[in-house]
Amino acid sequence: MTVIKKDVVIIGGGPAGLAAALQLRNRGITDIIIIEREKQLGGILRQCIHDGFGLTRFKETLSGPEYSQKFIDQVEELGIECITGTTVIDITSKRKITAVSRKGLLEYEARAVVLTMGCRERTRGAISIPGTRPSGVYNAGVAQAYINLHNTMVGKEVIILGSGDIGMIMARRMTLEGANVKAVFEMQSYPSGLPRNIQQCLNDYDIPLYLSHTITNIKGQSRLEGITVSKVDEKFKPIPGTQKDYTCDTLILSVGLIPENELSLAAGVNLDNRTKGAIVDENYQTSIEGIFACGNVLQVHDLVDFVSLEAESLANSMADYISDGKLPECKINITTDANISHTIPQKVSGKKDFKLSMRVRKPLKDCEIDVIQNKVVIKTVKLKKAIPAEMIQIKIDKTKIRSLGEIEVVVVVR
Amino acid sequence: MIKKYTCIVCPNGCEIEAFIEGTTIFKIDGATCSKGKEYVKQEIANPQRNIATSVYVDGGDLPLASVRLSKAIPKDRIFDVMNEIKKVKLTAPVKIKQIVIENVLNLGSDVIATKIIDRIV
Repeated sequence: MTVIKKDVVIIGGGPAGLAAALQLRNRGITDIIIIEREKQLGGILRQCIHDGFGLTRFKETLSGPEYSQKFIDQVEELGIECITGTTVIDITSKRKITAVSRKGLLEYEARAVVLTMGCRERTRGAISIPGTRPSGVYNAGVAQAYINLHNTMVGKEVIILGSGDIGMIMARRMTLEGANVKAVFEMQSYPSGLPRNIQQCLNDYDIPLYLSHTITNIKGQSRLEGITVSKVDEKFKPIPGTQKDYTCDTLILSVGLIPENELSLAAGVNLDNRTKGAIVDENYQTSIEGIFACGNVLQVHDLVDFVSLEAESLANSMADYISDGKLPECKINITTDANISHTIPQKVSGKKDFKLSMRVRKPLKDCEIDVIQNKVVIKTVKLKKAIPAEMIQIKIDKTKIRSLGEIEVVVVVR
Repeated sequence: MIKKYTCIVCPNGCEIEAFIEGTTIFKIDGATCSKGKEYVKQEIANPQRNIATSVYVDGGDLPLASVRLSKAIPKDRIFDVMNEIKKVKLTAPVKIKQIVIENVLNLGSDVIATKIIDRIV
């Protein structure tokens, strides 16, 4: 088999891959290929037909397909090579990439690889809901694909578990299509999606949201017939005597996204246990030289606008990497206190400005986020509120970093 | 009377409080931008929403084209507009921003396509 040599191979033609390709091209890198598994580019945005995308980037509210088309148009105009209907099955630490397509096996060798494979949804099996195994239990994104791409309605009497944004958006979508969405149950004591979606997807359609509740039984043989819901205590243990039965033919699970890193692992990329994505430096380079990651495969984002920015930032670093053959070593580790779930990047060089992305673990009011090095606060951001549903981003100026000492990100509640 | 609102204009989702007596608004608190104030005034007067759904497409590479409204419509007309959209069938090709229904139900808003559907031959 002939090995095709490329400067950059981008794995995944969703919003992250598309934005990375365009910015690489802007920086003069022309020998690029995007490999996409689906028949079309656009990634998950193809099925996100609701509006609200692009507010920060384009100053207008677009649907997912419109947002991604703006990037696809440019990719086509610039003649950036894309190969669709092709699945990457292996990457080595030496950046050899094997893909399968209708034409057979393809092999690439890249100077640099961009990992933009996105996420998968957490499934029923992963959260161990007891009961039978009837049809009618769907992940929110799967139901979204059925309805918005394949013209197949998934059910009539619907219960939703998990208050993630996709779940709430599907509550509205299914209501518009004539389904009776009875309730959304959330195990945590706070919603996991954005407040605007609670308003415009649930409250607008009188769909109740029950916090501190979970499903403790699934009933039905061939098709789902009903579920049992229980209140949970602070440790998420169902409280006996609080069971309530609901009849339904459909259960939608919106219980979290997990970065899709099988290929990253094959390449030997070190993952972060907290994000389930790669450990990266300020250049979005992983533990394997020449392999970079961004978008939802790196960390689950709340807004696609931030995914595009992250991909462009990656592309700028990658362009430097390709022209210089090397990037500055990143020896400064970034740690967090218990209030913050993670940061991206996890390490920096101190020689470059960078943007820290993070999420808080629980809702907080009137707090400040302090970035500390050698006991000196190098940046403070005051927040009226901070919620786990929203990613927080903080810019750090390189001039503030004066040593190779660890950087700590802590929350101070006033 | 104090009424609480969650602004839906942007992902910030500001929690806004309005002090109202009858139809008079005395004060709007908690909005980080002017759009939030406008949103609450609109919510009090006549709540408006946009909707997104799909229409059938004949002869396309996908069975559905996604659509949305060019501007928001009164919230209580959402299902009326859904019924109008359900009656439509397009023929591929479909372009983004193509008008699917002009001035739907005289509400001053167009139903527009948001996805490219290529014709398959």
